[in-house]
Amino acid sequence: MPFNQKPQKFNAKINTVTIGSGDKTVALGGNSTFPFYSFDAPTENTAKVGVEITDMGLEGVSEGIKAYYEGATTMADIAKKAAAMEGADFVALVLEGGDPNGENKSVDELIAIVKEVADAVDCPLVVEGCKNVEKDAELLPKVAEVLQGRNVLILAEKEENYKAIGAAAGLAYNQIVGAESAVDINLAKQLNVVTTQLGVNAQKIVMNIGSACAGYGYEYVVSTMDRIKGAALGQNDNMLQMPIITPVASETWGVKEASASEADMPEWGPQDERGIDMEIMTAAADLAAGSDAVILRHPQSVATISKMIKALA
Amino acid sequence: MALNGIQIFKLTPKKNCKECGCPTCMAFSMKVAQGAMKIEQCPHMSEDAIASLSEATAPPMKTIKIGTGDGEFTLGGETVLFRHEKTFVSKTRYAVALCTCMDDAAVDAKIKEIPKVDYERIGERMYAELVYVNCSEDADAAKYTALVEKAAGIGRTLVLGCTDPEIAKAALAVCKDSKPVLNGANASNYEAMNAVAAEAGVVLGVSGKDINELYDTVAALEKLGNKNLVLDVTGADLKETFANAVLVRRAALKDQDRTFGYPSIVNTVKIAKGDVHMQAALASLFTMKYGSIIVMEQMTYAEALPLYGLRQNVFTDPQKPMKVEPGIYPLNGADENSLVVTTVDFALTYFVVSGELERSGVPLNLVINDAGGLSVLTSWAAGKFSGNSISKFIIENVEPKVKCRKLLIPGKVAVLKGDLEAKLPGWEIIVGPREAVQLVKFLKDMQA
Repeated sequence: MPFNQKPQKFNAKINTVTIGSGDKTVALGGNSTFPFYSFDAPTENTAKVGVEITDMGLEGVSEGIKAYYEGATTMADIAKKAAAMEGADFVALVLEGGDPNGENKSVDELIAIVKEVADAVDCPLVVEGCKNVEKDAELLPKVAEVLQGRNVLILAEKEENYKAIGAAAGLAYNQIVGAESAVDINLAKQLNVVTTQLGVNAQKIVMNIGSACAGYGYEYVVSTMDRIKGAALGQNDNMLQMPIITPVASETWGVKEASASEADMPEWGPQDERGIDMEIMTAAADLAAGSDAVILRHPQSVATISKMIKALA
Repeated sequence: MALNGIQIFKLTPKKNCKECGCPTCMAFSMKVAQGAMKIEQCPHMSEDAIASLSEATAPPMKTIKIGTGDGEFTLGGETVLFRHEKTFVSKTRYAVALCTCMDDAAVDAKIKEIPKVDYERIGERMYAELVYVNCSEDADAAKYTALVEKAAGIGRTLVLGCTDPEIAKAALAVCKDSKPVLNGANASNYEAMNAVAAEAGVVLGVSGKDINELYDTVAALEKLGNKNLVLDVTGADLKETFANAVLVRRAALKDQDRTFGYPSIVNTVKIAKGDVHMQAALASLFTMKYGSIIVMEQMTYAEALPLYGLRQNVFTDPQKPMKVEPGIYPLNGADENSLVVTTVDFALTYFVVSGELERSGVPLNLVINDAGGLSVLTSWAAGKFSGNSISKFIIENVEPKVKCRKLLIPGKVAVLKGDLEAKLPGWEIIVGPREAVQLVKFLKDMQA
């Protein structure tokens, strides 16, 4: 008796959300299978890879990343090199310097950087705030305003500031709204519900369901994504059918396995290699669980993950 | 196919004799259907009924044991496709590959490198548990056996990748007592390989040129009476390998197709030779999706630190939180005069808090006591992170070792301050921030 391959067909699919304008756009989501299950149904859009850059320039990045950006002195230079990275689908600018507990850069200062980066590259853009809910509520609507027409993904509104950010990005300036929740299927759904109640089109929302570095409570990320994809496809829950984007680099480069210098941990070997593998393995796991896009930092990670995605398509 | 209670009831003697401990045969049948009782617990069941029932109620995926002693590992036995449905039970095991195609220097370097990664993380020993010894086509029995003997010297459980029955037999002669896996059966040699594996009493690995051939070969081996198998699902490329890994597991667990109810081997060396970063990505991918044994070219700290952390997370039972051992964890070069900080033993909390504390660069003694593996507020509400439990641990374990008498407690349990001050005379209790991310700033401000 031969093997009877039973495809798992769903009568639902993840929304397709397009970021970017003009000739250069990327489409996230659109699939009706679990990640990479192209044997069940054809893949509509492959997962996408973004390159993370920050307003802090190259401060604190690992040697390998610094080497890649060698010669880049301005944010415009850095953005151009990021966009040209092998395997890059979009550039993600993180405005981490806006954090009141950190550099506390002013909104005007950050907006100047946003403009500089946006003018330098024509690829699709993701702009991330500084994670402080009050500052982001002030900063991200301005970002949405100055980038009108670029169709950028604004990352992200949270439960505490979705009104300010969701309304500005999704209603006033017609950008894509990123909705960030804390690794829980119900919180993710709730934020989508209230955002659509503001009047934001559900087809213009991308979720960041929260992330973790491999080894750091990552089981919650796996199960939350598994359950979200299960509900979106299996139960046709249209409040969970938004594509998922996962900022990986910001989680992985901070943990001690990736950040400890070789001088401190000689037996662990070169720091760059540890950082790359931490980023690659976390990203591969995110994609296997359900991320439609990941944001990475190291050129090697971007190349490898992009190659893996293409090989699985 | 699993039977429901009614179907099982039809096979019972329907005497309601109560000898099994249940009031009626119907009640017994329902329990068997749920897996709470075994069919053999009914003394009046006919042989035929037991045979047909044990076939039907057997787990969908077999549990296969490999290795001996400390090197014994359990593979398979999974019942769900997603961890939230219940839990995954048998961890993925990683094998570092050696090959007769490598020169002696490369083999020696690898053999020296493998034992270097061996450490503990949250109570679990992390190391490459297996060594995969591959026999390339041009190698003869003497060469292969020599390599197998060399590999056996590291003391790790072996997986022999060899498709020639005669060579396999020679190699098993030197290592069969340590119960290696013989990965080498395929459509053309399965009868001979089956005889070799059966004689040595080892698990046999099966592969096929595609998933259908794999299926047919497994069925043929089962017909020969061998159900001690693992399935090498590695295909020609990544796409086929991933499809095989998922389809095999899904057929077994979702569609109850027992022919595919075996653990799997994924050989990343075959589909990403020489590309260690791609192998890292694939090790993660196949840890998530259904690889029981994953073969890689190397397992240095760069691969091990993320991969073992990922595995530890993915294979955590959702009903049992990961816990950190109670104790004093000195951070940033802390000594007996450094500030004492406490939080709960829930692994996630510990990692987030210790990560932030390390980022602050301030020398600290992080004190963890048994709080039931719950988060700060949950364990406080359950009475497991209280003035009593904290002060008892401090007096018994911390006071003899640490001279500093300042204790930082999580902001979420600020309410414990008064209680702790009363129970810990001489200590200054400091209420920390509510969230771990605020710790760096808090500690810097405190120093200023």
